[in-house]
Amino acid sequence: MTAEPLLAIRDLAVEFATPRGTVRAVRGVSLDVRRGECLAVVGESGSGKSQLFLGSFALLAARGSARGSVRFDGQDLLGADPAPRQAALGTRVAMVFQDPMNALTPHLTIGAQLTEVVRDRGLLGDREAIARSLDVLRAVRMPDPEARLRQYPHELSGGQRQRVAIAMGLMTHPQLMIADEPTTALDVTVQAQVLDVLCEARDSGLALVLITHDLGVVAQIADRVAVMYAGRIVESAAVRELFAAPAHPYTAALLGSVPRLDTPVTARLAGIEGQPPHPAEERPGCAFAPRCPSAVERCLHESPLLRGAGERTVACHVPRGWPGGCA
Amino acid sequence: MSEPLLEVRGLTVRFPRQRVGLFSPRVWLTAVDGVDLVVAEGTSVGIVGESGCGKSTLARAVLGLVAPQAGSIAWRGQPVRRDDARGLQRMRRELQAIFQDPVGSLDPRMTVGESVGEALVALAGPQDQAAIAARVAASLREVGLDATLGRRYPHELSGGQCQRAAIARAIVARPRLLVCDEAVSALDVSVQAQIVNLLDELRRRHGLALAFISHNLAVVRHLCDEVVVLYLGRVVERAPRDALFATPRHPYTRALLAAVPHPDPATADRAARGHPGSMDVAPSSVTGSPSGCAYSPRCRYADATCRVRAPGLEDAGDGQQVACHHWREVAAGL
Repeated sequence: MTAEPLLAIRDLAVEFATPRGTVRAVRGVSLDVRRGECLAVVGESGSGKSQLFLGSFALLAARGSARGSVRFDGQDLLGADPAPRQAALGTRVAMVFQDPMNALTPHLTIGAQLTEVVRDRGLLGDREAIARSLDVLRAVRMPDPEARLRQYPHELSGGQRQRVAIAMGLMTHPQLMIADEPTTALDVTVQAQVLDVLCEARDSGLALVLITHDLGVVAQIADRVAVMYAGRIVESAAVRELFAAPAHPYTAALLGSVPRLDTPVTARLAGIEGQPPHPAEERPGCAFAPRCPSAVERCLHESPLLRGAGERTVACHVPRGWPGGCA
Repeated sequence: MSEPLLEVRGLTVRFPRQRVGLFSPRVWLTAVDGVDLVVAEGTSVGIVGESGCGKSTLARAVLGLVAPQAGSIAWRGQPVRRDDARGLQRMRRELQAIFQDPVGSLDPRMTVGESVGEALVALAGPQDQAAIAARVAASLREVGLDATLGRRYPHELSGGQCQRAAIARAIVARPRLLVCDEAVSALDVSVQAQIVNLLDELRRRHGLALAFISHNLAVVRHLCDEVVVLYLGRVVERAPRDALFATPRHPYTRALLAAVPHPDPATADRAARGHPGSMDVAPSSVTGSPSGCAYSPRCRYADATCRVRAPGLEDAGDGQQVACHHWREVAAGL
């Protein structure tokens, strides 16, 4: 089990220079994505979960910079040579974002946009490109794929557009798909369809990174979960372990914040007091300490390192259910 | 049963669609189609459905922001018409609303305190500065905001703080009913939990009634006594909370509930949970609305009757009402 991970992120830091000083969006994250797995990266707004992957592929907005090492299939992505990055992006790595309308060009037909992906790279000829387009549209369970090829994005519903965006990502047989809140803008019924499509893609050998704040979605399809808070990973574990016994107080509080349909209605949601820190805020100690019910003196001045063994890692001085931790 | 505050009967809202050609007939989009809604003093009614089901239009019609084509709205038994300015004003003193975008619902050029004070003067009439300041401070305290935040501008606050400020503004004149249109949808889960708890507290403390519009069924289950399910502008099911979630009668309600992902990998076997079914047909026939049940193209129970005759709401026991020709078969799990 020492196969090289598909994507190996080491000590990645993403920073933005702003008029009000440096904003440290990602603060030294190391993370592996293994071949064929579904890794969920969970966090609230501003936790750095999106910037982590944009930074890994040097796709940051202006004034953003990424430091650290990112290797995709053994190739250095953040080196001075842009060639490995260009070879990977859009071909071996596909990205899907929250708003499917922005991912599609409004004045080109679905067929033109799907075939463009492979034709512009010289991967397939016209006839094969159309055949491949029909294949991927069927793979995402689009009804009546032949007719879709001649339609424009505005003629499709939101869920259909998101399925086209996923289909477009699948055109080149990628090894890795990074999906950033792919179902957040969709109705639950449509979300269920899109999750099915992503599950099927994963089952066919694609590695999937799912960036989301929705723990229900995570429970549905992830193999492993990394929880981010204030630019750092605070806990990572196999999905069942994480939900059954969250070690970090933040993970536990996050799980307690979500109202559920499958448990009795309680008087109050557990919630988390206070606000997440602003990404520009610098404070000593653990970033979660001011909101943490288990915080001790040490948490306020000493930043906890990620520790653990194997699947489960946690960055907390008093992890729940661990030796030396709280109950 | 407590006194009804809001009574909506047969409310219908249509919007004209742009004509295809100069002489082509005018096409109407029926956003809300003959909806009844009663919110009694101190109760909380959830209104759920997918995007485009008319839940926000219903709220906007109740608030007098869009004109209904048919139906009536009454406040404490008195009919309220859109051209009756005094009637509207009387209703608005007791009926307030909060919306999805908390930053957008506050004036960016006013401090939070000024926004709250403005609402108080508009609803309760002019009063001296000290009285306004006291009421504003009390309202901010009520929603868990530090009084010093009253001197800040909306852009200086987080999304959760802005939503608290919007709630402070809505409750400053002590309304009896708060309409919440996707009020927690844009918030992070930890903050969403805080706002849900806050609304729950306001209910308990002041007997504030809620009309809670949301696509999030779990939040509705947490907060509401009664739930109304809308599909393409019509009520397809209406039931007390526990009945709706324990024994959903309408196939659409069942599909909605089945589609909600549970945050528990142990029960997340997607295949075993049963799938919403043939939901591939997008709910797009709002304009045509031919005869028959609007849900029939997506429904696995649909037969010839469903395609010709629209079902009316009928009693299914336990206070549950359902608009489906086949609800008995659905209930029997056939």
